[in-house]
Amino acid sequence: MTTTAPAPEYSVIGTRPIRHDGLDKVIGRAKYAADIQMAGLLSAKILRSPHPHARIKSIDTSKAAALPGVRAVITAADIPAVASDRMQDLGETAVRLRFLSSNVLAGNKVLYKGQAVAAVAATSAHIAEEALSLIKVDYEVLPPALNVLDAMKDGAPLLHEDMLMQEFGQRTTKHSNIANHFRFKKGEPADGFKQADVVVEREFNTAAVHQGYIEPHAATANWNVDGKLTIWCSTQGSFNVRSQVATLLKIPESNVKVIPTEIGGGFGGKLGVYLEPVVALLAKKTGHPVKAIMSRTEVFEGTGPTPGSYMKVKMGANKEGRITAAEVSLMFEAGAFPGSPVNAGAMCALACYNLDNAQVDGYDVVVNKQKTAAYRAPGATHAAMAVESVVDELCENLKMDPIDFRILNGVKQGDRRVDGPAFGKVGFMEVLQAAKNHPHWKTPLTGKNRGRGFAAGFWFNAGGPASCYIAMNPDGTVSLIEGAADIGGTRAAIAMQAAEVLGIPADKVTPTVVDTDSIGYTSLTGGSSVAFKGGLAAYEAAQDLKKQLIERAAKIWETTADNVEFEKGEFKLKPSYERKMTFTELAGRLLTTGGPLAGRASVDARGVGPAFAAVIADVEVDPETGKTQVLRATIVQDAGKAIHPSYVEGQMQGGVAQGIGWALNEEYFFTNQGTMANPTFLDYRMPTALDLPMIDTVIVEVANPGHPFGVRGVGEVPIVPPPAAVANAMKRAIGVRMTDLPMSPGAVLAAIQAKGNGKR
Amino acid sequence: MADVWIPPMMQKLTGGAKRLEVPGASVRQIVFNLGKNYPDILEHLYDPEDDRLRPEIAVVVDGEVSHLGLMEQVKADSEVHFVPAIAGG
Amino acid sequence: MADKVHVRTTINGEATEFLCEPRQSLLEVLRDVVGLTGSKEGCNDGNCGACTVLFNGRMVTSCLVLGVEAEGKNVTTIEGIATPAGLHPIQQAFLENAALQCGICTPGFIVAAKALLDREPNPSEQRIRLWLAGNLCRCTGYDKIIRAVMDASKKMQEVKAR
Repeated sequence: MTTTAPAPEYSVIGTRPIRHDGLDKVIGRAKYAADIQMAGLLSAKILRSPHPHARIKSIDTSKAAALPGVRAVITAADIPAVASDRMQDLGETAVRLRFLSSNVLAGNKVLYKGQAVAAVAATSAHIAEEALSLIKVDYEVLPPALNVLDAMKDGAPLLHEDMLMQEFGQRTTKHSNIANHFRFKKGEPADGFKQADVVVEREFNTAAVHQGYIEPHAATANWNVDGKLTIWCSTQGSFNVRSQVATLLKIPESNVKVIPTEIGGGFGGKLGVYLEPVVALLAKKTGHPVKAIMSRTEVFEGTGPTPGSYMKVKMGANKEGRITAAEVSLMFEAGAFPGSPVNAGAMCALACYNLDNAQVDGYDVVVNKQKTAAYRAPGATHAAMAVESVVDELCENLKMDPIDFRILNGVKQGDRRVDGPAFGKVGFMEVLQAAKNHPHWKTPLTGKNRGRGFAAGFWFNAGGPASCYIAMNPDGTVSLIEGAADIGGTRAAIAMQAAEVLGIPADKVTPTVVDTDSIGYTSLTGGSSVAFKGGLAAYEAAQDLKKQLIERAAKIWETTADNVEFEKGEFKLKPSYERKMTFTELAGRLLTTGGPLAGRASVDARGVGPAFAAVIADVEVDPETGKTQVLRATIVQDAGKAIHPSYVEGQMQGGVAQGIGWALNEEYFFTNQGTMANPTFLDYRMPTALDLPMIDTVIVEVANPGHPFGVRGVGEVPIVPPPAAVANAMKRAIGVRMTDLPMSPGAVLAAIQAKGNGKR
Repeated sequence: MADVWIPPMMQKLTGGAKRLEVPGASVRQIVFNLGKNYPDILEHLYDPEDDRLRPEIAVVVDGEVSHLGLMEQVKADSEVHFVPAIAGG
Repeated sequence: MADKVHVRTTINGEATEFLCEPRQSLLEVLRDVVGLTGSKEGCNDGNCGACTVLFNGRMVTSCLVLGVEAEGKNVTTIEGIATPAGLHPIQQAFLENAALQCGICTPGFIVAAKALLDREPNPSEQRIRLWLAGNLCRCTGYDKIIRAVMDASKKMQEVKAR
């Protein structure tokens, strides 16, 4: 790695200690959701809809219930009535309850193949599976609406007969599969296009792709006779699970304890509930703890991928290389229920550029496919594929260097997004300069059928509530208690921020992620927020503890706190400094000098710093097979401050890898009947070690003024540029501009042949 | 007075006005003061059932999306935008 | 349901007996019968490698082996890679190189990497990529995993040379 940061000013931050939870994970001892075992545990299996669109006329569970070993069967009728159409804030997500409920167990209609319809608890998973085949569901099959453009047409089959289109949240009188339409506008695009010397207009299609976490969803519930419900699950938000389960089951939140297990990846796909309410109901009905684990096929068919999309982008620029106008239209497949990330995509689409005249339209469209979920910078990657491809074509037409073009048009502090708000301190220019100066960009690429592509990306990042508790141990270590699921090393990132404040090494902090009864409210592990907001909570808790320690040292020395100085893990008595006490020495004296000490903080972290990234990708395309190999990839990203650079690099590399998979291979391949034809890892092909090169990283650090250490958040933005960077590289390799994802061998071959036939 | 930017799709409710100077020390006051002159926009932004901003809408004050919604404080020279609510992954 | 079968085997060097249904996979038996949950189920069809174990020294995905096939065999799982003296160099290298994020694929990678280094102590980067192509990781982009295996290989050879 290279980093543009000056020499470290911190003693812990910016170093690379071994992560605290690492040992358990390399010896196989870490407990993930499927690893939960307990006496009397039953296994649950879910019956799923074979049709993409059908009315449920009746469900007969009697034969299944009679199978020896079966302890309970449930359907949507067992979910306490939540027919409410109201949006309810559950955790941080506003959810329409009847939609959430139907996605957990379908009511009178199924809206996608794979939607849960009934569930069985039995003494073994095999018996539960047998029982599923004995449940009789009488379906009235309905014609489906399977892609975004078809679903938007008048006369398309309606998924929700009573749904009225909204315009920026306001209900119209139009019955439609278009759940919402909104528009942002700045200046007059029509005037801007008149000033353009070159105009490029393109259409893009992207297929739905899955987050692809290796750990399938799993949940275990125990419902005690006193009404107390305990849930063990793999989630990005234990407090979110608590709210959603309590609301769906109409029980007080205080009766629900969610114990987050280790989580085997999420990327946005484990924010909401699927299995948790089901195992809870089965546990209540059977009086036993019940565990459910999804199969890989269930994960593909029954959880939320990121949407497929149709996008149109038109941009114009003058001879000097200034963008004069832009028009973007995004139509996203929300899946069975409204709520695609088209709004975020629309706000990110043009966020890299300072534009006087621009317009963005977004359409959230329901189709008979899985209800989509968040996936790493939700919506931004789609939009970047479209916009960054068109920007690249403008550069080609103007014969301008892609980085110079972006430096000329890129946003700086004070510039406005198309949706209005102005940027604070951002590091896009620094990212572009670092990319321009990188050996990868400066080294010419040679060889036949090879090309180099460049693309940029933006993501907001997020903040929000977080809590932290830090208790002193007599040996000079501290126990740090936090509430955010650790998907990729955030225990270390949070512990290191506390260690920095306390002047102790990172390994003297023992961080633990605890259940919802054991820590104050902590919001989702999402929005690239944990190192930012969890770090802020740890910083504040450590400051709280530090203040108390200084007071205790003063008490011991029979003076006042303002006479005690704390520096680099040592307490000193001012002004002569003849009396000193190390952190460890004071820790050992706490119990005999007034009792134990602990610091605590609950914060609502504000001052979020947005993130920019850029990717350089070299590809080679085999014109015989259409297969594209990424030869070299470099990502440059503004992290604000990298707390643990290794895990920041890991986020950047992982995002690039997912972006390359999205670009080249991955897709939900649907049959004309609305069935996903490839719901296994054999056919839904994610990148393997053999498909990728080493991924070079450059961490740029333009400190976020809203965080004590300058943290911005790093998890999401690295997935945004890669698909466009790869597409732009392919254009230079084979002279064909690919506009549809994935750019799989078959599609590339067809495009090469079409070009040969003079069609492109 | 705060500088309130009217989203393009609501400008038909403000007689085409794109930006309005609105008095108020909180988003609540801004929204209701806006509603005095333009009652339709109040209905667009405000959810009376739950006494909150409509859940599909987020308010941005001085560049940052607010978690506080109506409670967010607004300064005399603040800039206020209404944007679609989003969630991260 | 067929009667359960009595199986005598060796797991991580210890003589082990268990009862299992003929239809149960070795992965299921290891996790649910023997209680060794370090081997993970990511796909149950041999495509993700999270359940990789050594079966008489050979790398296999335990979801594609039946529990009854373990009769008389020698099975090594992630729980058997470290010794009481300490971590295996591959495990140590994974920690030092930050070669894991969520950690769910880590056991499979470590077992697979051990199978490689046991037979080829000094593999090239490309050889490691090919060998590990049956193990999916969704978090890291593989960069740090490949580096960790190269690092472990180097350190193991240094120890040998001493």
